[in-house]
Amino acid sequence: MKLYHISYNNLKRRKGKVIFLVLGLVLGIATIVTLLSITESMTRDIEDRLDRFGANIVMVPKSENLALSYGGITVGGVNYAAQEFAEKDLVGIREIENRENLGAVAPKVLGAAQVMGRQVLLMGVDFAVELPLKTWWHLDGTAPAGSDELIVGAEAAATLDLALGNTVPLGGRTFTVAAILQPTGAAEDGLIIGDLHAMQEVLGKQGIVSLVEIAAFCRDCPITELVLQIAEKFPAAKVTALKQAVMAKMQSVELFKAFSYGIAGLVIFIGALLVFVTMMGAVNERTREIGIFRAIGFRRGHVMQIILLEAMVVGFLGGFLGFVIGNLIAWSVLPLVIPKGTFAGVNLSLGALAILLSISLSLLASLYPARKGSSLDPSEALRAL
Amino acid sequence: MPAKENAVNHLIEIRDIGKDYQAGANTVSAIRHMNFQVDDGEFISIMGQSGSGKSTLLAVLGGLNHPSRGQVLVDSLDIYGLSSEQRADFRSEYIGIIFQSFQLIPYLTVLENVKLPMAITGISAKEQDGMARSVLAKVGLEAKADRLPDQLSGGEQERVAIARAIVNRPPILLADEPTGSLDSETAAGVMALLRQLNKEGLTIIMVTHNPDACHHADRTILVRDGLCLTQ
Repeated sequence: MKLYHISYNNLKRRKGKVIFLVLGLVLGIATIVTLLSITESMTRDIEDRLDRFGANIVMVPKSENLALSYGGITVGGVNYAAQEFAEKDLVGIREIENRENLGAVAPKVLGAAQVMGRQVLLMGVDFAVELPLKTWWHLDGTAPAGSDELIVGAEAAATLDLALGNTVPLGGRTFTVAAILQPTGAAEDGLIIGDLHAMQEVLGKQGIVSLVEIAAFCRDCPITELVLQIAEKFPAAKVTALKQAVMAKMQSVELFKAFSYGIAGLVIFIGALLVFVTMMGAVNERTREIGIFRAIGFRRGHVMQIILLEAMVVGFLGGFLGFVIGNLIAWSVLPLVIPKGTFAGVNLSLGALAILLSISLSLLASLYPARKGSSLDPSEALRAL
Repeated sequence: MPAKENAVNHLIEIRDIGKDYQAGANTVSAIRHMNFQVDDGEFISIMGQSGSGKSTLLAVLGGLNHPSRGQVLVDSLDIYGLSSEQRADFRSEYIGIIFQSFQLIPYLTVLENVKLPMAITGISAKEQDGMARSVLAKVGLEAKADRLPDQLSGGEQERVAIARAIVNRPPILLADEPTGSLDSETAAGVMALLRQLNKEGLTIIMVTHNPDACHHADRTILVRDGLCLTQ
């Protein structure tokens, strides 16, 4: 017979009370786990969207003279050509310290050209990289399959009276309109977009890149860190993070996170109060028993051990079940919160924390009842006999 | 622990003790003034009417209730000179208590109830088991070791309470009305068991209001209104 046998047998005897206590803690812990899991899933969802939905870093040539209009650049200026990058140097982007946080790297060449008697802005892109980044582009027609196919912006198509399948003479070559870009409300509407190398040839800019869009998301480090690392590699470049989009989305998540913490704190407080009241009641009910323990020689510490051990078991059960149930709720509720969102998965560290929190709460809430019980004067307790 | 007092030959010595309680604005004396000694191996009965102070006296003797005045020396040790925790250790080592109405722990089996005082000792599980079964055999309940208290008769519960009180082999056994809730036949059996334990060397102090129970004792102390009338 050891003290834990007494705790264990008492818990077994008071199943109803134990279930009630565990439920109180499960409620608190499950709420926290649910909210945190949903927040985690929301963050992941934003990461995925950012990965899928475009660049958040733009690298353009450093210049004090040029005004910017697309991706931070306006073409046609007299000094423009001198400021551009060599395409072969772009491998340096993949050599930065946080290279694993880089997604797509999309180089572009920009330049003005005479098309059917009009001055038009041409953009050369690597369609294999560009199209997955520009998920908001809706094409009438098919994505260009070869280097002699073009996408024409809605406004440019209207101005030049171009339709699908039309041919466009450019720099001595003939290109076919493979797709018309539906209006985006952005600079793309006035562009003619072609294959990077073909456009370099048309514009006489072989091996030259005007700007680079980079899709990156850094969970564990600020995006500004990535910007700095790229800027270090390209001293002649002006590297800018499109932080606003990320920040706005992250701010929403942070707000939700703060709200979650607030709710979780409240629920935990109620749970702790529940444990406290129930434990106080249990200790009062056990006055006679505690009197017997003390009369046969148990020290205060022994009585406290018995009560706190019970609290620990209850706390562990509450934490474990709360974690499991919280994850189940998060998993089942997530599709309602984030349409097409995916569950972030079971976070074992969160599980360990949840169990630790539950045990701590249970112990804290039981500390006063345990002290009160253990401090009972044996003669006072024995009056109840 | 405080030093033991010299030149005391008695196992227990009660010196001028008194115990007062506050009842509102009034002070009530449960024990007004008592002096007596108990020698090693004695079987003492303390007899008196309800409210005479005999149960309070037993609690004071057991280190459970601090007297308002006077000293209780056990084996020359002033037990109320000890701290509360030291007194708990003293009870564990020196005193076995049989409570009125048995007071067994309802969710522990007979064997576990008997082992209870050993839960705070360093005795191994195997040794605990051996000691508990041996003492259960002594009180004739070895076969019911795995029952719960409410599955036993009153006399059997009393025997479990006795087994629990003596399992740690304390030198002193305090019994509060051990036959109070038993029929006469069962009570006689319990008294015979106590007598047997006394013959084996256990010092017993028994509180009772039953004159028949006193016949088993070596000596009876009559208590009335918080005073010892005869010894």
